[in-house]
This record gives sequence, structure tokens and C-alpha cells, in this order.
Amino acid sequence: MKQWYMLTLVGEDRAGIVAAVTRELFNCGSNLGEAAMVRLGGNFSVMLMVEYGGDPELLQQALSGVIERFSLNLHLMQISGELHHHLEPNLQLTVYGADRTGIVAEVTAALAENGFHILDMRTDVAGSSSEPIYVMQIEGFCSLGVAELLPRLKAAAAQQVEIALREIDLMIG
Amino acid sequence: MAVLEILRYPDARLKREAVAVEHFDSALQAFIADLEETMRAGPGGIGIAAPQVDCLQRIVLIDLRGLRKPVPNHGRVVLINPEITTWEGMAVGREGCMSVPDYTGNVIRAERITLTACDAEGVTQQYDFSGYEARAVQHELDHLDGLLFLDRLVSRHRDLFRRKVYQEPPPAK
Ligand SMILES: [Zn+2]
Repeated sequence: MKQWYMLTLVGEDRAGIVAAVTRELFNCGSNLGEAAMVRLGGNFSVMLMVEYGGDPELLQQALSGVIERFSLNLHLMQISGELHHHLEPNLQLTVYGADRTGIVAEVTAALAENGFHILDMRTDVAGSSSEPIYVMQIEGFCSLGVAELLPRLKAAAAQQVEIALREIDLMIG
Repeated sequence: MAVLEILRYPDARLKREAVAVEHFDSALQAFIADLEETMRAGPGGIGIAAPQVDCLQRIVLIDLRGLRKPVPNHGRVVLINPEITTWEGMAVGREGCMSVPDYTGNVIRAERITLTACDAEGVTQQYDFSGYEARAVQHELDHLDGLLFLDRLVSRHRDLFRRKVYQEPPPAK
């Protein structure tokens, strides 16, 4: 019986990793679901939903060559895969400011307290090494509107950060 | 009147170019009534184009009056053989499509457009659309040329802070 797995690969970023991994996955008869690759601090990382009918040991073995070649760290876990049920975000949040510890914890705690379900998050450290800036982009769903939620987020982030909260007005045509 | 079947991608019929309407007869009026009923039964309910119901004619219908969050609009508008004459401004917005279930993405559209089109009786009219209504009109007009919002997707993440690339990106994967 086919089973979904979450395959996570992390390593030094080099050209050709995605192509090599997906080729091996295709060759061993597995099927790809949703996936996200991101480069974090120069590191390659990818999470792939993989559907496979055989022994997961065989799946790992199939990838062993490419894992070794690119010195990747692999994690494979069985998941209950669910496709065709995307949740739609209704709010988009941008937070930026001088890089300091605690920004993410403060803002996300306030989001959680207000029932904000984070569906997508990217954070980056930009600027220069002497003056880093922190940039966070979040999308999610919350039953509160901008007028209610924004003041609460601003109150939660005690120090100087810029917070913008916008509605995502989805248009289905 | 009848609710027509909405074609869903990957149905190749959605990728064809529609032809101009020549006869403003009772058959056209009947089709417009069906198109309207189909639009109102759909998940978006604010716009539809004839090719979405396998009619290869340059006919678009929009009506934003039913939106949960009201926006300025022209009410129910039938646009036949429409031609955009002026474009102004650009904005990123989130779109979905009745012909592409379970997916939404960011698309850049003009913020204001001027357009000429025939009405249901064949009389040429001129319209100024802006904001949400302009987005809806542009989305529907794309269907007349066999284009989906998938053909115009832009990044979900890199639209705010990374518009300029200062550094060579790493080689493609
Ligand atoms: Zn559409």
C-alpha cells in the first residue's frame, strides 16, 4: 500500500542536489507531493512529501548514493499525507527591525494568543554584519481583522520594530 | 436557464483563444443568462469568462456586488469583445480561479484600466475599472486569450525586500 513520507534533506548548498534527489525518487517508483526548498545561511534544505509503496528502508537505500555524493543529512518519517486541502491565508504580516533576540518569540506569541494560524513563514537576516536587520514575512488565517489584531501585535513587540498587517483579498475568477 | 459545467485545468480547452461575437441574437441572451447562473453558483461568484464553460467566444461577466467586503464596482457588467485601451499602475494581488481548484498565487495586475466593450445588445460602451474590479476584469479577459493566472504567477516571498538582486544568485538547481 502506498504511504506518504516527509523527506527532509539538509546540507551544504551545491548545484544539482534537487535534480539528483528527485531523479532517484523517480527511479525507485515514488511519487512527489508538495515540497519546499529554501537556502538558509548558505545551507541547502528541502522538505518533500514522498509517496512510496515499498519498505521505507528501500527508499533510504535508493537515496544513499546521492546522500553521500552531496554530504546530505536525511530524515524520513511516515506522515498522513493530505493533498487538495490547502488552507487559504487571509492576513499577511511583515515585521522588520534591527536584529535582536526575541522578535520572533514576541510576535508569534502574540499571534498564537489571538488565534492566528501561521500557514507560511519566512525570516531573513539582511543588512550588513555590523548592522543586521531582521525581516519576517508571515501569512496565516485569523478571524480577527487588521484593526483589532495590529494594535495587539504592536503592544506585544515592546521594542522598536516595524509591523505591517494587510488583508489578503483573494479574488477567485 | 442552466448551470453549465466549468472546465478545469488541465483541460486543454482552457488554453484556446476565443473569437469575437458577431451576432447579438436571442441565442446570445440565453447563453449570457446561463453564464450568469453558472458564475453565481461558483466558489468565487464574482466573474466568469465564456471559455470556462467551453464556449469559445469573447464574452465576460462580472458582478462584485455580492462581495463580503464591499468594494466600489459597476454592478453586473457584460463585456463582449472587450479591448483594454489604457493601463495604469501595477499591484500584486492574490488570485484563484474556478478552473484551477485548490491553488492560489500572487499575480501582478494594472490598478486602473480603461476598456471598450459591447454590451449584450451590441452597443459599444466604455468603462473605467480600478482596484479589485480591475483585477477581476483582467483575470477574466485573460481567459479569452487562453491564459490562466498560473501563467502570470510571481513569487510569494520575494516581492517586498528583495526586488533588487545585488549579488549573483547561486547556480540553478
Ligand atoms: Zn479564472
